Formats: sequence, C-alpha cells, structure tokens
Amino acid sequence: MENITGTELILACSAIGAGLAVIAGIGPGIGQGIAAGHAAAAVGRNPGAKGDIMSTMLLGQAVAETTGLYGLLVALLLLFVKPLVP
Amino acid sequence: MDNAILMSSGSDVDFMIHGLFSYELFGQTFWITNSHVCILIVMLILVGFALAVNIKMKHATEVPGTLQNIAELMVEMLDNMVHGTMGPRGRGFANYIGTIFIFILVSNISGIFGLRPPTADYGTTLPMGIITFFLIHITQFRYQKPKDIWKDMCSPLPPWLPIWFPINVISEIAVPISLSLRLFANVLSGTVIMALVYALLSKIAIAWPAFLHVYFDLFSGAIQTYVFCMLTMTYISNAMGDEA
Repeated sequence: MENITGTELILACSAIGAGLAVIAGIGPGIGQGIAAGHAAAAVGRNPGAKGDIMSTMLLGQAVAETTGLYGLLVALLLLFVKPLVP
Repeated sequence: MDNAILMSSGSDVDFMIHGLFSYELFGQTFWITNSHVCILIVMLILVGFALAVNIKMKHATEVPGTLQNIAELMVEMLDNMVHGTMGPRGRGFANYIGTIFIFILVSNISGIFGLRPPTADYGTTLPMGIITFFLIHITQFRYQKPKDIWKDMCSPLPPWLPIWFPINVISEIAVPISLSLRLFANVLSGTVIMALVYALLSKIAIAWPAFLHVYFDLFSGAIQTYVFCMLTMTYISNAMGDEA
C-alpha cells in the first residue's frame, strides 16, 4: 500500500465516484419506462391521438432524462477533467 | 482537413475539444478549437443551402421542383409545429424556432460525417439557452402587466408575502441551464460512446458502428432538437399568459 501516491489514490477514488454517479441513470430509466408504458396504453385506447401522445411522451421523457444526464456529466467530469487532482 | 477535426482518426480515446491555434487579444489567450471549425462548416452548409433556395425561390414555379419542394416542406413543417404548440400568437416566433431547429439538427447530424458535433460543446448550447431565457422574459414583460408577473413570482403564496420569491427566481434561472445542459449532455454522451467504440474496439469496429451512428447521431439528435425547440416554445407560450 505504501507505494501508492496521493494522486493515484485520488484518481482511483474518482473512478469509484464516477461509477457511483451514473447510478443516477436508474431513476430516468424507470421514469421513461412508465411514460412509455402509459403512452402505449393511451394509443391503445385512442389510436387517433397518436401524434399528440407521441410528442407529449417525448417531451416528458426528455425532462425526466435530465437528472440522469447530470449524473453522467458528473461522471465525465470526474474521469476526464479530473477536478480533484491538485 | 486537419486530423484533429475528425473524430474517428486516432487510436486513443479522444472526444475532447482541441485547440487548433491561439491568438492574443487584450492580454487574453483565445483558442480556435475544433468546435469553431465544425460550427463554421455547419454554418457554411446552411448558408449555401439558404442561398441556393433564395435563388431558386426568386423564380418559383407553380409545380415545384426538387429544391423548391424541400424548402416548402421544411418551412411548412416548422410553421405547423410552431403554430400547433403556441397558437396564433406564436406566428412571430417561427423565425427563431425554425432557425435554432435547423441549426441544432444539422449540428447534431454532423457527427455522422465524422465531425465533432458543435452542440457537444457547452459553449454552443449555453448561448442558445441564454437567448431563450431573455426571449422568455422579454415576452413576459410584453404580454403581461408587472403586477401579474409579481403575482406569478410569489405564486403559491399571496403577493403581499414574497417568501417564495427567491425560490421562484432560482427556478427561473435553472431554465436556461437545464435546457442547455440537456442538449449538451445528450450529444456529448453520443460522442463519448462513439469515440470509445472507435478507440477501444478499433480491431472489430467494421461496419456495425453505422447502426450506433444511426441511433446516436440521427435518432437522438433529432429527438433532442425537437425537445429543445418544444421546450422553448412551451416556456415562451407560458410567459405569454392566459388571455388570448
């Protein structure tokens, strides 16, 4: 253990943190699935309104996706910009 | 063309923005990066298309030719989109929405031609978010009375008790940031994954990454373009208030 430098330790912990940060993708996955499921049910009930349902679903999914993307951004920053390395 | 502009050129994982050359201005060092070059290429394509359509439409025919057909289709589609979302009051916004729609769409799709998409640079998407932010608030002040705006900003509580005001201000400021970060992160994630595939799987990356390009560049790019414009239109028509 004694020949690990501080920078290497920070890099390793950054990698672990990046992995933890992309767990944020679970939430948008569930949310988008719920939105798509309800959209499919709505199209089944009312096939004439397919266009409106589609655009509403895409808009809602895109907004739900944002939190997952924040997690992805944190992971990318930790891995490639390395803000914690002095 | 410089190799740094092309994404799929090196064997290392490489999706970063590279400076091509720098210059000094007012004691600051400015870099011309590959995003600038790619954005210029996109702009040249759009300007060339616009000039060609302009020349064509000067003597437009009753039965449209190919180019006239494409241009009419695009304009009609964008007009219908703006009209359908914002109602009759949104007619004047069709110019702005159409401009950013075409620009973001061509920028996102440019990844399929080997460019680094200009929208995968936060410096490109943040200005569009800021323009939208100012557009929202100028529209708000044009269509609503200051009293109603104040009432809106204190909304869950009555207007003489502005405890909720700072939180509403934060949520207003979050609009351009989330709008630009959403587009940026979506395009960047596609860029990163394509760079990883080309760099780490370079031995077996033959022909099948085309399907990934179709998903990440065409599908995702088109969806995000649509979402950006849709959200902009929704925010602006919210800012217009209820009265017709």
